[in-house]
Formats: sequence, C-alpha cells, structure tokens
Amino acid sequence: MSLLAVRNLSVRFGGLKAIEDMSFAVREGEVLSLIGPNGAGKTTAFNAITGYLASTSGEIVFQGRSLRGLNTHQIAALGLVRTFQKTSVFGGRTALDNILIGLHLRGRQTPLAIVMGLPYVAREEQELRAEARRILAFVGLQTRAEELASALPYGEQRLLEVAIALAAKPKLLLLDEPVSGMNPSEKASFMAKLGEIRSLGATVLLVEHDMKTVMGISDRVVCLAQGRIIADGTPAEIQSNAEVIKAYLGERYKRALG
Amino acid sequence: MKAALTLLLLAVLATLPFWLDNAYLLHVVIITGIFIIAAMSLNLLLGFAGQLSLGHVAFFGIGAYASSLAALGFKLTTPFDVTVAPNPVWLSMLAGMLAAGLAGWFIGRLAFKVRGAYFVIVSISFAEVMRLVAVNWLELTQGPMALNNIPPLELFGHAFWKKPENYWLVLAVAVFSYILIRRLVHSRAGRAMIALAENEALATSVGIDVTRYLVLAAVVSAAMAGAAGALYAHYVRIVDPDVFLFVYTVTMVIMVVTGGKGTLAGPVVGGLIFGLLPEGLRAMAIAPEMQWIAYGILMVLVVYFLPVGIVPALRRR
Amino acid sequence: MDQLLQHGLNALMLGGTYALLGIGLTLIFGIMKVVNFTHGELYAFGAYMMYAVVMLLGANFFVALPLAIALGVALGAALELVLLRRLRGADIDTTMLVMIGAWIALQNAEQFAWTGVAKSIDSPFPAAPLVIGPVSVAWNRVFVFFVAIALIALTYALINHTKLGRAMRATFQDRETAALMGVQIGTIHTITFALGSGLAAAAGALLGPVFVAYPSMGDLAAAKAFAIVILGGLGSVPGATVGGFILALVEELGAGYISSGYRDAMGFLLIIVILLFRPTGLFARKERIG
Repeated sequence: MSLLAVRNLSVRFGGLKAIEDMSFAVREGEVLSLIGPNGAGKTTAFNAITGYLASTSGEIVFQGRSLRGLNTHQIAALGLVRTFQKTSVFGGRTALDNILIGLHLRGRQTPLAIVMGLPYVAREEQELRAEARRILAFVGLQTRAEELASALPYGEQRLLEVAIALAAKPKLLLLDEPVSGMNPSEKASFMAKLGEIRSLGATVLLVEHDMKTVMGISDRVVCLAQGRIIADGTPAEIQSNAEVIKAYLGERYKRALG
Repeated sequence: MKAALTLLLLAVLATLPFWLDNAYLLHVVIITGIFIIAAMSLNLLLGFAGQLSLGHVAFFGIGAYASSLAALGFKLTTPFDVTVAPNPVWLSMLAGMLAAGLAGWFIGRLAFKVRGAYFVIVSISFAEVMRLVAVNWLELTQGPMALNNIPPLELFGHAFWKKPENYWLVLAVAVFSYILIRRLVHSRAGRAMIALAENEALATSVGIDVTRYLVLAAVVSAAMAGAAGALYAHYVRIVDPDVFLFVYTVTMVIMVVTGGKGTLAGPVVGGLIFGLLPEGLRAMAIAPEMQWIAYGILMVLVVYFLPVGIVPALRRR
Repeated sequence: MDQLLQHGLNALMLGGTYALLGIGLTLIFGIMKVVNFTHGELYAFGAYMMYAVVMLLGANFFVALPLAIALGVALGAALELVLLRRLRGADIDTTMLVMIGAWIALQNAEQFAWTGVAKSIDSPFPAAPLVIGPVSVAWNRVFVFFVAIALIALTYALINHTKLGRAMRATFQDRETAALMGVQIGTIHTITFALGSGLAAAAGALLGPVFVAYPSMGDLAAAKAFAIVILGGLGSVPGATVGGFILALVEELGAGYISSGYRDAMGFLLIIVILLFRPTGLFARKERIG
C-alpha cells in the first residue's frame, strides 16, 4: 500500500514543460530518492507535491486522499512535511523557538484560551518546550537552544531545518537536497541521523545530487531527466541502468566538450 | 529583580494622580495612555505579524465613532430607516470594539490578498475613505460639526467626571492590553504570527494557516485600537472627523518604531517619548511646525542609527 | 448629454496633470521599489515655487514655470542623495519610515515658510472661458492640458529613445543584470527620483495657478498618484498615463452624479476596488516600462 502515489503529473509554465507525465509511488517506511541532472525537475516535483506549485494535470494521492486543490498548510497538516533547497529557518528566532514553531500542529491552545490565560495553556507550553528540547537533542543541537538561528553555522542550520520538519510530525518527510554545501564529515553524520529517523518508522522522499549519499541510504531510486522519469528501481538497478548513465554521462560529456 | 521593578512602576503609576497636582499634565498623561494602547495594538500587527498596515487610525476612529453613536443614539433616514436608542457606556464601548474588530477582519483578509507596498497603500486608503465618510455622511456623524456631549466613562452607574478616575480606567485598560498582548505573543498563536512574518513559506510547510493568523492579528489589533478610540471619545466627549487623520497613524508608527517594533516594551517607551515630548517642546515655546519637523528628522535618525528601536538597543548593552 | 460632455472635457483637461503625477510615481515606485511618501510634497513644492517666483519675485509666468520644474528636479535629486543613498538594500519598512519622516519634515517646513493661508497665483490667461458649442473650458486649463501632454511626450521620448531611458528600463527589469552590464545603478536611482519628483513638481506648478496653494495640498495629490499607479500597473508609464485620465474621469462623474464631497474619495475607492479584483492593475506589464 503506497503512502504517496503520483500519477501522470505534469507541470507546465507557459510553453515550458517542467515535468511531463510523471508517475511513481512511495511505500510506507521506505526511503526513496529522486535523482537527476540539474534542471531535471526534481524540486519542481517537490513543489507540486507539497502544494507550493500548481500542477497542470495529473493526480497526487496521499494515504488514499487526493491533494488537488489543497493549500500548502493543509497538505502539511495531513503529514507531508518538506524542507527547502535554500536554507530556510526562522533566522531572527532562537533555535528553540524554531522548533516550537515547528510544533505548531501539536498544540491545542485556542486564541481565546490564550487571552484568558487558562491553565492548560501554560501546561501545554511546558510540554511543548520539553518536546522541543528533545527534538533539538535528537539532532545534536541541544547546546544551541538559546542561540539565534541565523547565528548558527551552515551545517547546524541545515540540521535545524530538518529538526523543524520533524517537529511537525511528518508521515512523509520530503528533504530537498539536505546535504548540499556540507563537508564530507557533516554529510556522514547527517546521513547517520537520517538512518535514525528512518528506523523510527518515518518514510522519506529525498532529492539529492550526491550519488554516494543516495545509494547508501535509499531503498529505491527514481531518476529524472528533462521532466520525465527515465528509471525507477533499487540502487543497484539504477547504477547499472543505461539511460541513467547516459543522462549523467551525457552531461559530463557535454561539459568536457564545452 | 524584574518583578520588583515592575511592581514599583505600577505603584508609581497607580498613585500618579495624588502626586501630580496639575490637571493639565494629568490630561496629557491620559491622552498619552490612550495613544500607548493604540501603539501597542499597532505593534501586534506591524511589529509581530509584520504587516505594513498604515491605516491604523481607521480602527481608532471607528471605535470612537461607533461607541459615541451607540451611547448617544442616532436616527437615519437614508439608506435605511433606522433609529437607535442611547445605550449604557460600557455596552457602547463594546460596540465600538466590535465595529473596529470587524474592520480589522476586513483588513486582515485584504492583507493576505495584497502584499507589501500595495498593502501599505490600501491601508492608508481605507483610513482616508473612513475619514471622508465621517466628513460627508452628515446625517450619521454630523460631519465637521462633530458629535457632542458624548456620555462620560462610567463604572457601575458612577460617571467619571473627574480626571483621576479617567486616568485609572485608562491605566487599567493599558495594563490589561499589555498583558493580553504578552500572553498572545508567548503562545502558539503568537509564534504562528511571528513565523508568518519571518518566513511564510517555511511557516506553511509546518502547517501554519497564514490567513487565519493574519486575520487574528488584525482583528485583535483593530479591536484594541477601537477600545482606545472609545476611551478617547468618552473622555474628551467630542468626536469629529479629524480623529481619522493620517497624522495620528504616523504618530503611532513613530511610537512603535522608535520604541522598538516587535518588542513588548517598545510601544510603551515610544509612546511615553512621543506623548510627553510635545509638552516639553511646548514649554519651550517652539512652533508646532518646528516640532513636527523635529519628529520627522528624529524618525529618520532613529531609522539610520537605531534601526531596531530604543528598547532592543538598550537590551544589547 | 451636454453635462456628460462637459464632465468629459473637464476630465480631459485635468487628466494630463494627473498623468504627470502618476508617471513620476510609477517610475520611482517601479525602478527603485520605494514607497515615495514625499511625492505629494514635491507637488506642493512646485505650486509654492510658482507662487514665490511669480508673486514674490514678480517674474514672468512662462519663465517661472520651467524654473519651478527645474527646482523640483533639484529637490528630488537632493532628497535621493541625502536620504536614500545609504538605504540601498535596506528593507521596505526602513525606507518607508524614512520617507514618512521626510514627508513630515517637508510638509511642516512648507507650512512654516508659507503659513497655512492658501496662496493664489496670478496667471496671464483671460478669465472668460473658451466656449465650444455646448461646453466651455477655462483658458488656463487648456494651457495646462497642452503643457502636460508636451511633458508626457518628452518623458516617453526620454524613456524609449535615449540611452538613459534604456538604462532605466534595464534597471526596472532586472537590477542585477543591469549592474553587471555596466549600468550605474546609483546614478540611475538619483536620476529617476529627480525625474519623478520633477514631474510631480510640474503637476503642482501647473495646477497651483488653476486652484490655490496650501500646505497640505500634497496629501491628496499623493493619494491620487498612488491610485493612478495601482490602476495602471506598477512601472507602466502608459498605464499611468491612461490611469491619470481615468481617475480624472471617475472623479468628475462621481462628483457630478453622486456628490461633490466624495470627489476626493473616488481615488481611494478606486484603489481598494482595483486591489481587490485586479491587483496587478489594468496594464500590468511587469517586464518593461515605456
């Protein structure tokens, strides 16, 4: 039973076809990676799935429910939480506050109750704070709780990003190039974290360039080129797939001539 | 330490009418207090929720007019035949807040549709339309002839004819407003507002409904400004269309920005400075125009040298 | 029918100056992304300069007009250099607040210098109106119309047929690329602000003698300028041109058929209605100006 089913998805801007007739599924508990050369449409697919971009045609079904016409926040509330390609945190707030914001959906306080100062509000705040600290500890940022997010070094900001997404209790976590810009040791520790997240039962859809990372962690890989899926299989299958090699090698070949 | 200072401050404020033996100065303090309430409400929308709303005086004026009309009662023949009997002041003030809150709802929804600089213009236009309606709809508002003899503030049937009583009521509302905003800001709802101001795409990705919290900020902000307007109306007991002048929005904006937008103490500090400063300048017999020129320059200087405002700058030391 | 024609003619005569106001603001708003709260004050400045030169210095009306416009251009350049230069790259709140501060200072300076009493400016045109069949129009308004059209044509020529204009259009489209291509963004900003301010001053210099000059005249003018910019689409000079005439017409019809008190409200109502239903304006051409 697939958690997410993308059927015949097309996204067109004016005359430009960013994604054409894309179909794939993500099974519960697996890690699926979307790979492909630059401009293949990976981030566009992400944006379309999570509601940040309107799809021209096709279906996106999550847990049997169509996502068509839903708002970005409604999709997030259903359990699809994404991160962004460009580092996205609440820079002016502390790391702890960032996680607290991520915990938004877990809170029950209504504005009226807040204003009236009802006791359950204070209790819930305490619980949320405790949970936020736990999440920070999980990604190893517990010492950074009171620091401004914008003051954190790059690698830690990316960790914070994932932590915020985790706070939103995702059923499906969509990570958009989470390790880009990281040095090898940061990448390794991040991938280890991802392994831990995965062992907690989360399903992950990953967009990544780094082949080593992708092949190491994924159960399945989907390769895109020029807006279309050209291969879908296990890492081993993909690595030996002729189309995939052409898509990547072709690029390198062009660059070599260039 | 902080709690002790706060208690001291409150004690000083509560006993003010006893040691400030000047009716005129007390009047200035009361007006300043009303402006501080309005500035705090603007801070919620501008400072915390990040909406460039420059039509805030509209909520103040709507609160003033709605409350006055509800208290005085009125009769209309066009466009409908309506007669409203006079109401008790406390009920009228609630009506004022409700009317202002409704306007806030409208602006909140508009803010979501229209962004950035366009929203600035729309909010200013909204306030101007309100002003022109107040000037021209003579049957309802008496236009420039003003609404007179508005019933004074009262509690439990006892009318507040003397200044100290008005002062205490304004102080109570101001303290209450401060607490309300503090509770809101330090809660899940407040975090949602701040998040949408800081990084909207990220906020929606964790499930925050942007429209909902924008509208919430606008409604609370507007209702609070409406309360300030109602207090004003029943204190000075005359309301004319000048209550919608853009210059009052500017005053509130100066208070919030100079004091420090997005902080709780900011509008209070800014309000005290720009509420009491005119009196200081007046004592020096400076022409009102020069005063405003000074404000304009001061605002420019603050923006250049203290861009986050006074309160955050002091905190950094 | 005659009334309608008269309203139409009134709108036509006034629309040109409204267009000037709108074009000036759309250039500043579009190229510099600045909410220019001082635009109205430049309008008032133009009117007051006419007053100063014609009434106080006794100079010839037709000499005073270009002089007033030139002074407006100079003031605009000065404002940009003193206030906006160092704010390059600041966020919109900051710039907005600085402009508000400048607006307050300018308006009160004008009030201080000329007092609140309205000033009338003599113009050398006959008082009796020109009558064309069922409609009539004052001579000074006819003059205003033609000068406005001439200035609009000059602005078009500048933007579409000069190197400077090309640089301005490039900056509007894509600032980073323009900078990479060697456009001096800072200079373009100063020139844009000076030009936009000059157009506002021109509108004031033209309308000052038709009406009167008083310190807060700029506020209404600014509001109308914003309405025109929104109506025509940000950065669209043709949009602002047409928008100016449309606003004049809406005002005339509103004042004529609803109530004269609400004439000035028309602009604001227009803003709200447009932004509710067609936020990008009637002529949104975000890719270019001119």
